[in-house]
Amino acid sequence: MLKYRKPLAGRNLHATAFLPPSISYNARITMTEFYFYTKLDQALLLGRRARNLSELLAGVQAVPESSIYYHTHRYLRQHHFLSPEPPNDFAFWITQALNEPTLGERLSSVDIVQFHNLEQLRNSFVEILQSHLEGTERLPSVPLGQEFHFMASRTYVIKTPHVAHSIEEFKDLLGHVSVNSLYFHIFEAKLRLEKGENDFSQWLRDLGKPALADQIARLDPYTHTLEGLRNKLIQLVEKYGKD
Amino acid sequence: MVRIEDYIPIVGQPVIEELFLLSKHLEGRRIQNINSTAVGGGVAEILTRMIPLLNQLGVAARWDVIKGDEKFFVVTKKFHNGLHGVPVTVSKEEYEWFLEVNRENAAQLSFEDIVFVHDPQPVALIERRKEIGKNWIWRCHIDFSRPDKNIWRFLEDYITQYDSAVFSSPSFARSLPIPQILISPSIDPLSDKNKELPNETVDGVFEKFGIDRSRPIVTQISRFDFLKDPIGVIKAYKLVKEHIDLQLVLAGGGATDDPEGPVIMQQVQEEASKDKDIFVLFLPPSSDIEINALQRGSTVVLQKSLKEGFGLTVSEAMWKAKPTIASAVGGIPLQIAHKYSGILTHSIEGTAYWIKQLINEPEFAQRLGSNGKEHIKSNFLITRHIKEYLLLFLSLFHREDVVTL
Repeated sequence: MLKYRKPLAGRNLHATAFLPPSISYNARITMTEFYFYTKLDQALLLGRRARNLSELLAGVQAVPESSIYYHTHRYLRQHHFLSPEPPNDFAFWITQALNEPTLGERLSSVDIVQFHNLEQLRNSFVEILQSHLEGTERLPSVPLGQEFHFMASRTYVIKTPHVAHSIEEFKDLLGHVSVNSLYFHIFEAKLRLEKGENDFSQWLRDLGKPALADQIARLDPYTHTLEGLRNKLIQLVEKYGKD
Repeated sequence: MVRIEDYIPIVGQPVIEELFLLSKHLEGRRIQNINSTAVGGGVAEILTRMIPLLNQLGVAARWDVIKGDEKFFVVTKKFHNGLHGVPVTVSKEEYEWFLEVNRENAAQLSFEDIVFVHDPQPVALIERRKEIGKNWIWRCHIDFSRPDKNIWRFLEDYITQYDSAVFSSPSFARSLPIPQILISPSIDPLSDKNKELPNETVDGVFEKFGIDRSRPIVTQISRFDFLKDPIGVIKAYKLVKEHIDLQLVLAGGGATDDPEGPVIMQQVQEEASKDKDIFVLFLPPSSDIEINALQRGSTVVLQKSLKEGFGLTVSEAMWKAKPTIASAVGGIPLQIAHKYSGILTHSIEGTAYWIKQLINEPEFAQRLGSNGKEHIKSNFLITRHIKEYLLLFLSLFHREDVVTL
């Protein structure tokens, strides 16, 4: 279950998507600041392995959501400089270790940006694996040492000292905050914290910048490197921020 | 002394800023590292570098070393070998002596509120937990993938009394009732082995060993040990030599407790004596600059191990933006994503194939090298290691999936 406390701000209020707990409610409803947060991840070992597709399916069905999140976002975090990035862990293992490239391609083309929560994403992997297993009698296993190891992610969210009081400051800070901060407000907010859309778009709507908010919401962040995403966000603010 | 700010030009201001943000949440906590040796070995090396940096970040960290006699270390060496899958027999008396030494140390030590115990030697200090309380973490630095069952059963009773266990690779995880956390080791970009070197230094090292830099150079840095497969490296080199005029450098220490070591050494030397383009360099422990230069001046770096704990020499080569070919064993697949940041192989023939590819396709090789360097920068430098230690300490007080600090 998600434990992150959602902010009190509503769309009709001029309020930021994220406010530090120390700010009073009265202050919240009159402020237009955007508080940049960052997030840092800890990798947890679940001690569960899969040697073949049947064990992988059983694992995908049983592990906590934080494991689905870990295995679909690990490469994005660890290889954030690469584009195209390597696919999710399930697809990578099936292609490289199990030598099943067709199934690997089906799993790697799961369009994560379309999903609003991790259960939906899990179900999509389960359906693909189940339909493959129903259509084959082969159940090859990988040699010892090449098993799939299920892991999970614990995320620590921290307030940074960076606060934007205007669209201009917002643009400047986009150029300075860490890639972890961008990652948090773009990826985690939508899928893991189930906020419907990314924090930047949410705040920009509150600020009366619907065109810019829409442009950012339409981005497929999974097809950019994080630095590429940073540059794209800055370009969009420059182009649509004055509207 | 290295300062935490010295890493800003390498990893960027935001990374260091995040370390300071995290460390604020550990205010008032005192961290006590405990291991069994003050010098030598990877644990002592990382603690020597990390403790001052943690203190600079405002995290009160100290380091204690347990005392033991020769008999104790004979037992712990048996543990070490047994956990690596080597058949050993530990007698009842040896187990009892192991516990006795731990109890003596526990009686003499004073404990801080977070006790961070490294490796099996001090694991039984936890026996005093009921009496003194505190928060306890056990960190395993060694390969745990196929441990001797008897030794594992003995250690498991103690490990499960800790609040968390930390392993270096997913394959080392066990089925345990306590949280298990993955923390990979790291390299220090400011150490002699990894810091930037002037071109003249690199040139000088190659000149000293008589290696021709105008022709391709393939290098493996490792102990002359069966498990590092130097003979397999020579076989792969010979397959490539049929098509490409290259040189092979095998460099590292000669010390080994592998019983097959002397045989391997003799075979390597015999092969080298037949081919003037094979350079076998026995380097003393103080050869960090030479190793650094050899890696930087090579065309391709290999790590063709048959078995590997983590294999940090892979990270060292990748940090220098070298196209790297390594076996898919131990922690190496964590460091290399095949065809993205390096090459993973499973055979002599596969290694030879990829050496040819990388020498003949320098643009692809360069792309692998530059991706590899970025990957190491993001994931295997000491700053990431510090971040994960800070998160580890915080995890003692937060067990939810998403923690708001």
